[in-house]
Amino acid sequence: MSNSKAQILKAVAASKPALVALPEIDLNEVISYDDLVQQFRTVLESIGGSVVMLENISQLDEEIAAEKSAGNFVINLLDANAGEQAIPSTPAELSKLSKLYMNGGVPVAENGSIWVDDQLMKVRLLPFICEQLVIVVKKENIVATMHHAYARLGKIDTGFGVFIAGPSKTADIEQSLVIGAHGAKGLCVYIV
Amino acid sequence: MKNHAALSEAFISNEPRTDWHNETLWFVRQKRDKSAHSLPEWEKLREWASQIKNHSLSNLDFYLNQFEEQAVANGVKVHWAANAEEHNQIVLGIIRENKLSRIVKSKSMLTEECHLNHFLQDQGVEVVDTDLGERIVQFRKEPPSHIVLPAIHLKKSDVSETFHEHLQTEKGNNDPQYLTAAARVHLRNKFVESEVAITGVNFAVAESGAVVVCTNEGNADMGVHAAGIHIACMGIEKIIPKTKHLAVFLRLLARSATGQPITTYSSHFMKPRPGQQMHFVIVDNGRSKQLGLPDFRNSLKCIRCAACFNTCPVFRRSGGYSYHTAVAGPIGSILNPGFDIKAYSDLPFASTLCGSCSNVCPVKINIHEQLWKWRQEIAKQGHVSFIKKVSMQGMAFVLARPGIYRFSGKAGRWVMRNLPFLVNNKLNPWYKQREMPAPPKQSFRDWYLQNQQEKN
Repeated sequence: MSNSKAQILKAVAASKPALVALPEIDLNEVISYDDLVQQFRTVLESIGGSVVMLENISQLDEEIAAEKSAGNFVINLLDANAGEQAIPSTPAELSKLSKLYMNGGVPVAENGSIWVDDQLMKVRLLPFICEQLVIVVKKENIVATMHHAYARLGKIDTGFGVFIAGPSKTADIEQSLVIGAHGAKGLCVYIV
Repeated sequence: MKNHAALSEAFISNEPRTDWHNETLWFVRQKRDKSAHSLPEWEKLREWASQIKNHSLSNLDFYLNQFEEQAVANGVKVHWAANAEEHNQIVLGIIRENKLSRIVKSKSMLTEECHLNHFLQDQGVEVVDTDLGERIVQFRKEPPSHIVLPAIHLKKSDVSETFHEHLQTEKGNNDPQYLTAAARVHLRNKFVESEVAITGVNFAVAESGAVVVCTNEGNADMGVHAAGIHIACMGIEKIIPKTKHLAVFLRLLARSATGQPITTYSSHFMKPRPGQQMHFVIVDNGRSKQLGLPDFRNSLKCIRCAACFNTCPVFRRSGGYSYHTAVAGPIGSILNPGFDIKAYSDLPFASTLCGSCSNVCPVKINIHEQLWKWRQEIAKQGHVSFIKKVSMQGMAFVLARPGIYRFSGKAGRWVMRNLPFLVNNKLNPWYKQREMPAPPKQSFRDWYLQNQQEKN
């Protein structure tokens, strides 16, 4: 096994060309948007997500309470101070999850994606296995492009993180777009 | 084995389907254009991507070491495989060691290249492909025909029949929404029960030890986060130096592939979750050899977006299976001869050398130039068929002698006019699936001379 490692590295060292320099990535050459919120919203809606502007996050409390009282299996990760809520541990139990509410990290205007990581999702399966995903983001966190997003994230010091752009989708059957492949069937983003 | 031309013959025998394939892929190409044109810095991005990949390849041993070190520090088990056989044994070893049997796999061209599914099947281990397109072709016991759109050779009625047989869907119901919903239910059960999740890798970041996997369906994440073991399989060329470089590649990948601004999920795997095992398998399988070929090494910059497939006039009309390899299309035609020049000596000839592939490539691989260079290499090494060799020599003879050239042109036009059955027959490969053009009255040269005379 380690033999293959030595063998591969030796072959690579012998085969590689002379060292060439890395390019300088100049952010002045990258697109900018006058209205980041509008750009983010337009793109996200064009890829199957829905967007709602929210004055105050407490406006969601009623919606969540109504979901729960209707007997739907809902997990709410919005309030970090709300105390530990019991999150089922097996995929079988989680597969009944109808809606997940969570906070988003960095939203990206150019492509409508939102960074979420271990700290925000608690259990990695949640944002994928839920039927409907709700992410709450802050207006002031929206960045223009992926370059800005990685600059904002800095050294990614987490076990797992993902940019989520809209609901899961596929066009594998005769190129017909179908929303809701294996992940969430719907994504609603609240911008506060 | 049948060559590209012979395999294409089967594909184009169904004309409406060939047309559909051609037009559909061209539509994807147009979506790519629209998406690319929305960014004024598109060409700059391609240049950055190209330079980052050039740099990575020029320092690849260092970055591979750094990547392993970081991944190990993150709690990942790293394996090295010199070839496909070793890769397959490593994956089998992990499965056997943990005595597991329920395995899901998201899209990975590397595992296709290594024929992992067949290998595991022969060992009595079943793998469920979870990408919708891959599941469809797996049910049909076919390989994917396109690296991004695995079932693009099929119509919805084919999928409907396949699902009726395997998932008991309603006979004759061809609604993609309905069929996708059935696959969702079927595969959700597989995810929930899965013990091992195998994925490919789009990018591996040396400085952090992270691997990034991009999907639209969410199938990679559903598998990985549900199963106790994640095995990510990657070629050595997937390495990029820094996290910030992901920005360049993630901006290019989906726009080039399907015209989307980004894939739905761009997942960064760094550390296993508590109780989970994470394995990375780093595979050479001919890549270090390709790296040593100055004319061909930069084919290793490929990020598998398939833009070159969708734009290629030959691929669009000959289909993925005509390339008899896991990675088809123009990029496959320059990668595969490096791995086995004899088996793939037909592929560099499956091109018009129009150069469109190079123009759309997000990492600026000079694909059409390499196709042309491979032709020379293949001829030099004697892998060209006797008929091609003799006819090329004949053509060189004629083209070098203007008198004979003019006579042959005249003779050809006369034959096509007066004895058409001499060319319109099965012995003439140009007549297959094609009408011969009407012979012009005179050659361009004759017309030009006459025209000059009339002017004067």
